[in-house]
Amino acid sequence: MTKKNDHPSGDERFKAIDLTMKRFRHEKDALLEVLNTAQETFGYLSEDLLIYISSHLNVPMSQIYGVATFYHLFTFEPLGEHNCVVCTGTACYVKGSSTIVERLATDLNIEPGGTTADGFISLTTARCLGSCGLAPVIVLDGQVMGKETPETSSESVLEILAQSTQTEHQEVKAG
Amino acid sequence: MNYETLQELGEQELERQETIEHRIFCCTSTACLSSGSGATLNALKVLVDNGNSDETEAEIFQTGCMGLCSRGPLVRVDSKEKPDCFYQDVTPDVANEIFSRHVPSARNSSPDFEIDLSKHVLPQDIPFFTQQVKVVLNQVGQIDPENLKDYLAHGGYAALAHVLENMTPEQVCAEIERSGLRGRGGAGFPTGLKWKYVHLEKAEKKFVVVNGDEGDPGAYMDRTIMEYNPHRVLEGMMIAAYAVGAQYGYFYVRGEYPIAVDRIRLAIRDARRRKILGKSVMGTEFKFNADLRIGAGAFVCGEETALMHSIEGKRGSPRMRPPYPSTHGLWGFPTVINNVETLANVTSIINNGADWYADIGTEMSKGTKVFALTGQLKNTGLIEVPLGISLREIVYEIGAGVPDGRKFKAAQTGGPSGGCISDEFLDSPVDYESLNKLGSIMGSGGLVIIDDSINMPEFARFFMDFCVDESCGKCVPCRVGTVQIRSLLDKIIAGEGTKGDLEKMEKLCMMVKRTSLCGLGQSAPNPVLSTLKYFTHEYEELLAKDNGNEEA
Repeated sequence: MTKKNDHPSGDERFKAIDLTMKRFRHEKDALLEVLNTAQETFGYLSEDLLIYISSHLNVPMSQIYGVATFYHLFTFEPLGEHNCVVCTGTACYVKGSSTIVERLATDLNIEPGGTTADGFISLTTARCLGSCGLAPVIVLDGQVMGKETPETSSESVLEILAQSTQTEHQEVKAG
Repeated sequence: MNYETLQELGEQELERQETIEHRIFCCTSTACLSSGSGATLNALKVLVDNGNSDETEAEIFQTGCMGLCSRGPLVRVDSKEKPDCFYQDVTPDVANEIFSRHVPSARNSSPDFEIDLSKHVLPQDIPFFTQQVKVVLNQVGQIDPENLKDYLAHGGYAALAHVLENMTPEQVCAEIERSGLRGRGGAGFPTGLKWKYVHLEKAEKKFVVVNGDEGDPGAYMDRTIMEYNPHRVLEGMMIAAYAVGAQYGYFYVRGEYPIAVDRIRLAIRDARRRKILGKSVMGTEFKFNADLRIGAGAFVCGEETALMHSIEGKRGSPRMRPPYPSTHGLWGFPTVINNVETLANVTSIINNGADWYADIGTEMSKGTKVFALTGQLKNTGLIEVPLGISLREIVYEIGAGVPDGRKFKAAQTGGPSGGCISDEFLDSPVDYESLNKLGSIMGSGGLVIIDDSINMPEFARFFMDFCVDESCGKCVPCRVGTVQIRSLLDKIIAGEGTKGDLEKMEKLCMMVKRTSLCGLGQSAPNPVLSTLKYFTHEYEELLAKDNGNEEA
C-alpha cells in the first residue's frame, strides 16, 4: 500500500528522507539536512532523488542543484562497492600520502576520484580526516588505518581485490 | 529538574565510582579507535562481564583523547591504593595482561600471554605531559563522554547553575571580558566583548551558534573536545546564551566527524531528558533549546557568515561584513558565533574566576591553547599549553624533536590560512600578536612540523591547491587570484620561472590578501608569502638559469 505522497517506486529508503523532512516540518531551511540524509541513505544523489526532495520541500530544482553541488560530501555518481579514501591533509601530505595515492592509482588502474569499470572499488581522496596523529591515514570501507606506507595500503587494497576475483561478483551485498 | 537534584545524581554516581577498586579507562577518540581501541575496550569489557572480578573490583570506562595519539590505543588504570598507571599500544592481548596484573582475583583465570608490560608503560614524567597546562582538557582520560551522570559527578553544570542563580547577564559578559578570553577559532576577537554586543541588541529572537566546522587540514582540536566532553561545550553554549539573551542555539559540526556528531547529539538528548535544556532550564525562568546541524564538507563554512547561510539551508557563501552577525545573524537576528574551544573555556572561567584565567598566558593573549601537534615529530598528538610558550619548547620538549636524524625546517601554523615559521624564530612566543608579526596566524590550532625533506615551494603549492579547491567562487580576487598564484607556482617549480615571476607572485599575493571578501581569500596567500620570505633561496634555486638576468 502506497500513500499519496510516497515515492512511486515503493523504495523503502525514501522513508528515511520523509522522516527527516517531517522532523523539520518541511521547512525549506532543512534542505542541507535532507540532502545529508539522502546521501547517507542512497550513497549518492540521483536526479530522481533531487526531484523528489524538490517537490516535497517546495524548493526549485535550480536551488537544490546549486546547494548540492556546493558541498563536497554530496556525490552524483554511485561509488564502487568498496571505497578507499586516502587522506591528503597537511599532516598526511608531509608524511607522504601522495605516494600512497600514486601507488593505489597504479594498482587499481584508475585515477583518484574514479571507480573501476566493474564498479567494484573506488579510490577517493579527502582533505583531512582529523586523525593527524596517525598520519598518513587511509580509510578502507569505513575502517580508519593509520601510519600507512604505499606497501601496506597496496596490500590491503589488493586483498579486497582478490576477494572480488574469488567470488566473481556472485554476491553483491546491498548497503 | 533543578540543580540540587542533578547534583544529587552526580554525587550518587561519584559515590558509586568510589567503591570501585580499579577503574580502567580506555581511550575511544577517533585517533585511538583508528589504532584499534574498539577491540581493546571490548576485550576489557568481556573480562569484567565474564566475572573475572567482583562487582566493585573493576569497571571499564570509555573516555576521550588522552593526548599522545601516536602511541595509541591508550589505557589508564586508576586504582584506589596505588598511583595511576598509563599504558600505550594496548592491543587486546596487552589489555588482558594489564587486567590480570592489576585485578588480583583475575590472576588465575586470565591466560598468561607472557607480555612484557614494561614496554607498554607510558611514564607520566616525560615533558610531553609535564609541560602542558590543562584547562579545557583538564578532565581528559577521566570522564565518559556518553554519560551525563559522569559529567555531573565531575562538577558538570555547576557553572551554569551558579550563573543562573547569582549573576546577571551583564556580569557574565563582564567576567568573560575580564578573563581576557579571545576567540579560539583563529581571529582572536575578545569573547566577552562579542557577547556584550549581542547582549545590547534589542530583538525578538537571538541565537547562539557553536562553530564546530573545523576545516583546517592538520587540525583536530575541536573534534577532540567534542568527542571527549560534549556536555562541557553545551554548558559553555548555554552560559553564552544566558549572557546574550538567546533562546535557541545550533551546533554546526563537520560531516566528516561522525563520532563527534553522535556524542553531541546524545548530549543534547540527555540534557533535554533531564530538563537541562528546555522551557525552564534547571527549574529557572531561563529558556533555551539547542539543535545540531551537520556540515557537508565545505572549508569556507568555517567563516561565520558562510556558516550561517549553511544553517539556513543555502550555499555556504560568505557575505560582506558589516553588518556583523552580532546585529544581523541567523535569519537576520542577532547571533553570537563561538568556536568549540572558546566555549569549552567558559565553564573553567566561571568556576575558577576571571583572575585565575588571566594569570595564565601573556599580556595580550590569556589562557591556554590546544594544538594538534603533527607532522615529523617523535611525539604527535593533542596538547594544551599556556599562550606565550616558545615554539622551541613545543617542538623539542613536548614533541621530543624530529625523528630519523633529520633537521627541523619549519613549523606551519594556522593551516592553509597560516604560514611557515623557520628555525631562526623558534624562540619567539606562541601568541596571537607574535605569530601575526611573523606572517603567520594562530589559527584554530593546527601545528604541523616539517623536516628538511620537504621542499617549500611544493609545500606552498599544496596549500594553494587546497585554496583553489575550496574557494567558493563568490569574489574575483579569491576565485581567480588563487588559480593564478598556483599557475605561477607550477611554472616556478617546473624550473621555468624568472625573477620577474617571483615579484609578480608577491604582488598578486598582496592583492588577493587585501581585496578578498572573506577570511579564506584574505589569508590564502599566507603560505606562499611566508615561505617566500623565509625560504627565498629555495625559490631562487628553481629559477630558470639561462634567462634569469634579462627578464624583469
